[in-house]
Amino acid sequence: MSVKKIQTDVQMKRALTRISHEILERNSGAKNLILVGMHSRGVPLAFRIRKLISSYEGQTVDVGSLDIGLYRDDISEKPQATMKPTDISVDINERIVVLVDDVLYTGRSIRAAMDAIKDLGRPSQIQLAVLIDRGHRELPIRADYVGKNVPTSKEEDVKVKLAEVDGLDEVVISSPIT
Amino acid sequence: MAVNVLIKGGRIIDPSQSIDEISDLLVTDGIITEIKTSIDRPRNSEVFDAQGKIVCPGFIDLHCHLREPGEEYKETIETGTAAAAAGGFTTVCAMPNTVPAMDNQSVVEYVIKKAKETAQIRVLPIGSVTIGRKGKQLSEMSELAQLGVIGFSDDGDPVEDPNIMRQALSYSAGLNLPIINHCEVSALADGASMNEGWVSNRLGLKGMPNSAEEIMVARDLSLAELTGGHIHIAHASTMGTLNLIKAAKARGIRGTCEVTPHHLTLSETLVMGPTEDSFVPLSPDAYDTNAKVNPPLRNQSDVRSMVEGLRDGTIDVIATDHAPHNQVDKMTTFQDAAFGISVLETAFGSLMTLVDNGHIDINTLIKKLTADPAKFLGMDIGSLKKGSSADITVFDPCETWIVNSQTFLSKGKNTPIEGILLKGKIKATFFKGRKIY
Amino acid sequence: MTTNEPNTRNSIRHKHILDLDELNRSDIELIFENTDSMMEVLNRGIRKVPALRGKTIITLFYESSTRTRVSFEQAGKILSADVINVSSDGSSSKKGESLYNTALTLQAMKADAVVIRHQHSGAGYFLAQQMDSTSIINAGDGMHAHPTQSLLDLYTIKKHLGTISSKKVVIVGDLLYSRVARSNLWGLTTMGANIVLCGPKTLLPQDFLDSRLRETNHPFRDIQIEENIDTALEGADVVMTLRLQSERQKAGHLPSLREYSRRFGVTSERLKIAKPNAIIMHPGPMNEGIEIESDVAHGPQSVIESQVTTGVAIRMAVLYDLITGNHSEKES
Repeated sequence: MSVKKIQTDVQMKRALTRISHEILERNSGAKNLILVGMHSRGVPLAFRIRKLISSYEGQTVDVGSLDIGLYRDDISEKPQATMKPTDISVDINERIVVLVDDVLYTGRSIRAAMDAIKDLGRPSQIQLAVLIDRGHRELPIRADYVGKNVPTSKEEDVKVKLAEVDGLDEVVISSPIT
Repeated sequence: MAVNVLIKGGRIIDPSQSIDEISDLLVTDGIITEIKTSIDRPRNSEVFDAQGKIVCPGFIDLHCHLREPGEEYKETIETGTAAAAAGGFTTVCAMPNTVPAMDNQSVVEYVIKKAKETAQIRVLPIGSVTIGRKGKQLSEMSELAQLGVIGFSDDGDPVEDPNIMRQALSYSAGLNLPIINHCEVSALADGASMNEGWVSNRLGLKGMPNSAEEIMVARDLSLAELTGGHIHIAHASTMGTLNLIKAAKARGIRGTCEVTPHHLTLSETLVMGPTEDSFVPLSPDAYDTNAKVNPPLRNQSDVRSMVEGLRDGTIDVIATDHAPHNQVDKMTTFQDAAFGISVLETAFGSLMTLVDNGHIDINTLIKKLTADPAKFLGMDIGSLKKGSSADITVFDPCETWIVNSQTFLSKGKNTPIEGILLKGKIKATFFKGRKIY
Repeated sequence: MTTNEPNTRNSIRHKHILDLDELNRSDIELIFENTDSMMEVLNRGIRKVPALRGKTIITLFYESSTRTRVSFEQAGKILSADVINVSSDGSSSKKGESLYNTALTLQAMKADAVVIRHQHSGAGYFLAQQMDSTSIINAGDGMHAHPTQSLLDLYTIKKHLGTISSKKVVIVGDLLYSRVARSNLWGLTTMGANIVLCGPKTLLPQDFLDSRLRETNHPFRDIQIEENIDTALEGADVVMTLRLQSERQKAGHLPSLREYSRRFGVTSERLKIAKPNAIIMHPGPMNEGIEIESDVAHGPQSVIESQVTTGVAIRMAVLYDLITGNHSEKES
């Protein structure tokens, strides 16, 4: 197994800063936004983006967390992940929901997340922010905000580590030795 | 047809004559004619090589259920006795809880006739104590005795009414036959399906306390003393029962008892499935209906006391209580399942574990299966004496085998020791000199 | 066993839930976590998630119990499973034969889970032996077990008191015949509660009074038995009362319901002996005025009514875990 670092802590910070600015630019400010982090690493990322946005705008954005376990379409094939509670305490009707996740891959998790959001209300828009887009989409889904595009092969594994969960910030890619 | 067999080179054990030696044994015309270190093969005789094996009298089972007439889907006299022969038995006593019960001459005659036609071994009927085994009115015991019943029993059910038991003991004393009672006080045992204790508690099953057996044992011994009758306690299973019998024997009361191979070797944890530890989580194999038997498998300390009772002579004989059932009788919840297990073909292998573990010696084991039940019956069987019927069992004490109920000759495949490795295997059974297994 | 070991596993180790004796602390914690998620779903406007779409759950009730059956049915339906209810009255003692045939039928129907309630102990184990591809959930078997009710009790204690470990739980009443109590003994022991059993000796299993209970490796070796309820309730965090059926009097276990009520009934006066924030539980249905005074049953310390919603969430968590989990290998 070979492991390669593809994003350092400084690079990650820059990427999140850029994403935060793009979100504000596209939506003409922070008004009406709600950031929804997807368990598990999307949640701390959503909180970081909120912190960045409030430092520019002086305004606090609502943050929620979402578990997609109950919406996955592959539960028969793979064992399900441990569920974390979904916690979106505000009304999402007619709001702009920005889904936040660490890695965008097949798109199936995002499909599940959109189904989950739909059961919670009817937002005016759903947008998607991801730290890494590694390609190999299986559904017609794309991200609105991408930290870094990383071409990968399907055998490789992209792992986002965050200080809140893993004790440090970095992104590594591991591939089996051939 | 003349049956002449020379059994060569086996270790001959015959407790009735205190023989334990390596010798040859000669059978002429179905009768044992000689035991000698070396016998030349006479003309017209077959030779059976018994080197490395033990040759002993055919086993006698005082207690089995052949189910015929009435429940032929569970067992017939033919299949039950074939199973017995495979288990080394040459004489079995058939319990009368057939349908209809063996409470009158015609049913007993039917059993005798069927046995003559279909059984390859000796079948001795037991008459019921009361009409229909209902515990109300005595059977015509004297008439049944004339047909050759060896005792009376309502087995499967106890004789609940102490006055009926008193009369039965008194009446049968005049016939010089025993009353064999299944001791169980229904007020303490109704609805129960296993032994009372930790295992029944954790399984949420109603248990039978030892007292349910012991109270009736005490009653029956007292009534035997009162009447001078002979009470034989079927399938004794608790330490308390043995203590009562021991004390009664010391006082000269005509009280005897038998124990089954399973009460000597298995404990209640078997109901939880194949585990020795009753503290572990239950597996889906729990509630094993093949471990449901009456009296129930008891706890370890009772099992130990049964072995001790065999050693000290409190227990007179080993009897199988072979109680075959059809699969449908067992494929249900534990509470609904029938009591009883198929024993004849595993009895000897199970009992040999006691010898192997040093709990009893091989001579004692054979005595409890041959000379002692013969003495109980007052019959001239269970012996290799010159002139007696050549009922002979040959077994290999060292051969191991795995219990596989699918190979049973009995229709009853209900054994709690399926898949268990046993040591000691029956190699041949001769009845009146004829090799029937 | 560590208290706060993180859940690295994705599902409990078992294919069936037949009793709590087979669940360890992290299994139970895992079910609690999933129950939290299910509680969130229950609080939504649209109470429906697609998690078990296309899965079939059969409830097989040989004993009537509207509460438990409806709870499972609702749990299955919120998770989008197809729920089929089969019921049969339990009057015939020959039920077992049909249970075997029913098992074969359900097996052929390829049910993903069967929820069974039966008047005979071990009925769920029997089904589990017959049906290899189906998860069996025991919804109450004879006097043996009622694991989902017990999980509900444990979850309720945890939510009200923060933890179960070291809490003094007093179980009052008919332990001999109570399947809920039997399951709770396993669950509470696993979660580290201090258990005190209180009731007349005639309603305690005999072996609990024997020295065997004191064997060092006996799972219930730390359980205390106290016949005086006033002593038992001292410092109690949880008081769990059990239903007393009038049949017990007829069977000779009790002189009279009146005497039982006086000796063991939980009254507001007696409740003062317990801790001020102690909670009152009852697996229902209650005999108010016998084992529990109405004021206590509906008083501020009672959590009996709040358990209904939680019961649905627990059953959602259990169904979700068993049907979606990877139970092919058993960890030790």
